[in-house]
Amino acid sequence: MAITLKVNGQTRTVDAPPDMPLLWVLRDLLDLPGTKFGCGVGQCGACTVHLKGVAIKSCSIPVSAVKGAPITTIEGLSADGTHPLQTAWQDIDVPQCGYCQAGQIMAAAALLATKPKPTDADIDQAMNGNLCRCATYLRIRKAIHRAAGTAADR
Amino acid sequence: MTTTQSRRTFLRVTALAGGGLLLGSYYQPLTRRNRGAPADLFQPNAYIRIAADGTITIIAKNPEVGQGVKTMLPMLIAEELDVDWKSIQIEQADADQAKYGRQFAGGSTATPLHYDELRRVGAAARQMLVAAAAATWTVPESECTTASATVTHTATGRTLGYGELVAKATTGSVPDLKSVRLKDPKTFKLIGTSVPGIDNPKIVVGKPLFGIDVKLPGMLYAVFAKCPVFAGKVAGANLDLITTLPGVRHAFVVDGGTALNGLLGGVAIVADHWWAAESARRKLVVTWNEGATAAQTSEGFAATATQLSRGPGAKVLQNDGDVDAAFAGAAKVVEAGYFYPFIAHAPLEPQNCTAQMKDGKLEIWAPTQNPQPGRELVATTLGLPPADITIHMTRAGGGFGRRLSNDYMVEAAWIAKQVGAPVKLLWTREDDMKHDFYRPAGFHFLKGGVDAGGKLTAWKNHFVTFGEGDRVASSAGLAATEFPSRFVPNFRLEQSLMPLGVPTGPLRAPGSNALAFVFHSFIDELAHASGRDPVQFRLDLLGTPRMVGTAQAGYDAGRMRGVLELVAEKSGWGKRALPKGTGMGVAFHFSHRGYFAEVVEVTMRAADTFKITKVWVAGDVGSQIINPTGALNQVEGAVLDGISEALGQEITIDRGRAKQNNFYDFPLLRLVQAPPVEVHFKLTDNSPTGMGEPALPPVVPALCNAIFAASGKRVRSLPLSKEGLKWG
Repeated sequence: MAITLKVNGQTRTVDAPPDMPLLWVLRDLLDLPGTKFGCGVGQCGACTVHLKGVAIKSCSIPVSAVKGAPITTIEGLSADGTHPLQTAWQDIDVPQCGYCQAGQIMAAAALLATKPKPTDADIDQAMNGNLCRCATYLRIRKAIHRAAGTAADR
Repeated sequence: MTTTQSRRTFLRVTALAGGGLLLGSYYQPLTRRNRGAPADLFQPNAYIRIAADGTITIIAKNPEVGQGVKTMLPMLIAEELDVDWKSIQIEQADADQAKYGRQFAGGSTATPLHYDELRRVGAAARQMLVAAAAATWTVPESECTTASATVTHTATGRTLGYGELVAKATTGSVPDLKSVRLKDPKTFKLIGTSVPGIDNPKIVVGKPLFGIDVKLPGMLYAVFAKCPVFAGKVAGANLDLITTLPGVRHAFVVDGGTALNGLLGGVAIVADHWWAAESARRKLVVTWNEGATAAQTSEGFAATATQLSRGPGAKVLQNDGDVDAAFAGAAKVVEAGYFYPFIAHAPLEPQNCTAQMKDGKLEIWAPTQNPQPGRELVATTLGLPPADITIHMTRAGGGFGRRLSNDYMVEAAWIAKQVGAPVKLLWTREDDMKHDFYRPAGFHFLKGGVDAGGKLTAWKNHFVTFGEGDRVASSAGLAATEFPSRFVPNFRLEQSLMPLGVPTGPLRAPGSNALAFVFHSFIDELAHASGRDPVQFRLDLLGTPRMVGTAQAGYDAGRMRGVLELVAEKSGWGKRALPKGTGMGVAFHFSHRGYFAEVVEVTMRAADTFKITKVWVAGDVGSQIINPTGALNQVEGAVLDGISEALGQEITIDRGRAKQNNFYDFPLLRLVQAPPVEVHFKLTDNSPTGMGEPALPPVVPALCNAIFAASGKRVRSLPLSKEGLKWG
């Protein structure tokens, strides 16, 4: 069926089964491969995108449930890749394999949007749904603090 | 020695030699592919391209799986070529053994295999450019210097950019790699500085990089359902229904073979997009012939191991002195059985591969750690000449050893050949969890003896592992020289094997990731039994600084003492008063040419709940840390990876299949659980060696020893979750 989506500020219409998870619509139908598949069951957060500004797991939400709502993917987080988190991630040299990092950045961006000066406890909570198999967690925490202009409080 | 020959002459020589390599596998001055190269391109070897406009491209030869070689290996070339890092392009090589020799990500070998060779590659090209400039100016080469891709004649201040020298350099003489002059490390400008990952700018904006991101015109998407019992066969499937489902283009049975690392039986479903294939798979009903291994269980392995432990080992691997006499004379004797489970690799990017068969030739895009055996496997299975298979190596979303096997590659190739269109095969997480080449489980039945002076005098281990006949299962072996072998005067190692129908293979720091846990936990037991300080007990065990064994397969007791003493100092071992319920544990391990000692501090929050408050690491990987930011990232990651394994990871075999499914029953460490990791490198006068693996093994026993120090509970079986211990 034809479904109209609002992705990264653009209106896009796709022909997709209503139960198709948003993740696969983004990756395979809309050519937005930055959002990653890791587990398919909302456990790893590699597929994190923003729905109305809130971080969600796009592998676990059917496309029919997000019709018309504003969706932001890593490709649309900033116009030119200079969101403070995208800059901090490079300054701190966070990635190892890099596969989870788009999801990590999207989760962190949703945090900073509501809490511009997060504490370590805020970071613990906001980032708990995002796995990094390479375990770059220490740098992820540091990069969030860098982007927020805060210091680690522990 | 300098070999003078024109490009054209060299080409003829190469052609006469049948494309063979004149200057070694890592350095082919001109390849067949260069025949059509324009005259305004200087390509002194397979690794460097310099265009007349000054564009410099360095080729990264090995697969990038997160270990940082796509950045680190080109740094070696760039340093000696004398070019600015920010002004060059880095390009990922295809799999091409003729040009690059072996290309793989494994064994922390990239640094030791390439530290000299790739610097020579850069230095040789630089020398040719200097020669071209000197000839242009008619001055001696010795009067010329280089920097920032420019040759300068010091006396006159004349300069020529590398791009301007391309035409002349291509007709110049080819230096001998072995005698080419390398920089004094004291003059390094790039090596030793922190260079962020070359793909970071793309990663942070979600640009396609990984295998899963490959998209070809007209590409179809595939899933492949295999028998949950390894190498089981399809007896029947409801393909009539599957082929009618929306978006499905093809559904067919793959017979497959019996080799666990080859093409196995299953059902392929190929559709317009991956979700259509996956949705159809959820309606797939298969009758399987599960085969002979369907009765295997983890419990059965444990029972067999216990039974075997009551008798003598089937084979004696090492027998020094007289253990029985030494036990009889020992002041303290400790006996303990240790166990570690099967575990999965679970790289975050599920296995995938894209393949296209066109005009009888196969093109493959694969996130692989080991493309060359993949090519052989595909060639044999599909009946194609290896030369007709092109393999593009994509960035891989983690490797950890999983992608040393190319099972997903041969599946994609087979399906693409059947279908006649480009196909991207993508596994689910459950496929990955249930069809891994697992870190093998293992059982150790240990007995140790300490004399009245508190010195370890006797060590006996009956190691029960997997294999048949003389063949030990992949990564399930134990070298006779593994520490503390050669450090205990009376030492006996026996081994017994159990047959196994589960695929096993190397997981980051193979062997070591399990053996360090067993041996350094038991050493800790012996230290405590003798009433001695665990660090001092280990220093005494290491003895005087010396090389034990041969230079090639030796163990440098002095280097290990160095990192042990350093980590003790940095962690304040024995110097800090710890509150009740807090304890520190220590361990060291030598693997992959690297010496690492680590201290973990643990605080018990309840009888069954602990928190890791800090980890200290001291590592000796030689004289030079090539890329400090990358090296530190690897060490931090390896330490946290080891903790992740110890906390809760286990693959349980039941009815011949892996029970676990996904991250909800095979947990990975989460951010909140990651303790601070303080890393110190001890620079020593040794060739630089690799970083991906050796920091992992010691953290597991250091953690378990810390739990003992904090709580009195000795962990002899992993994971900790099954021992009633949880992080919290």
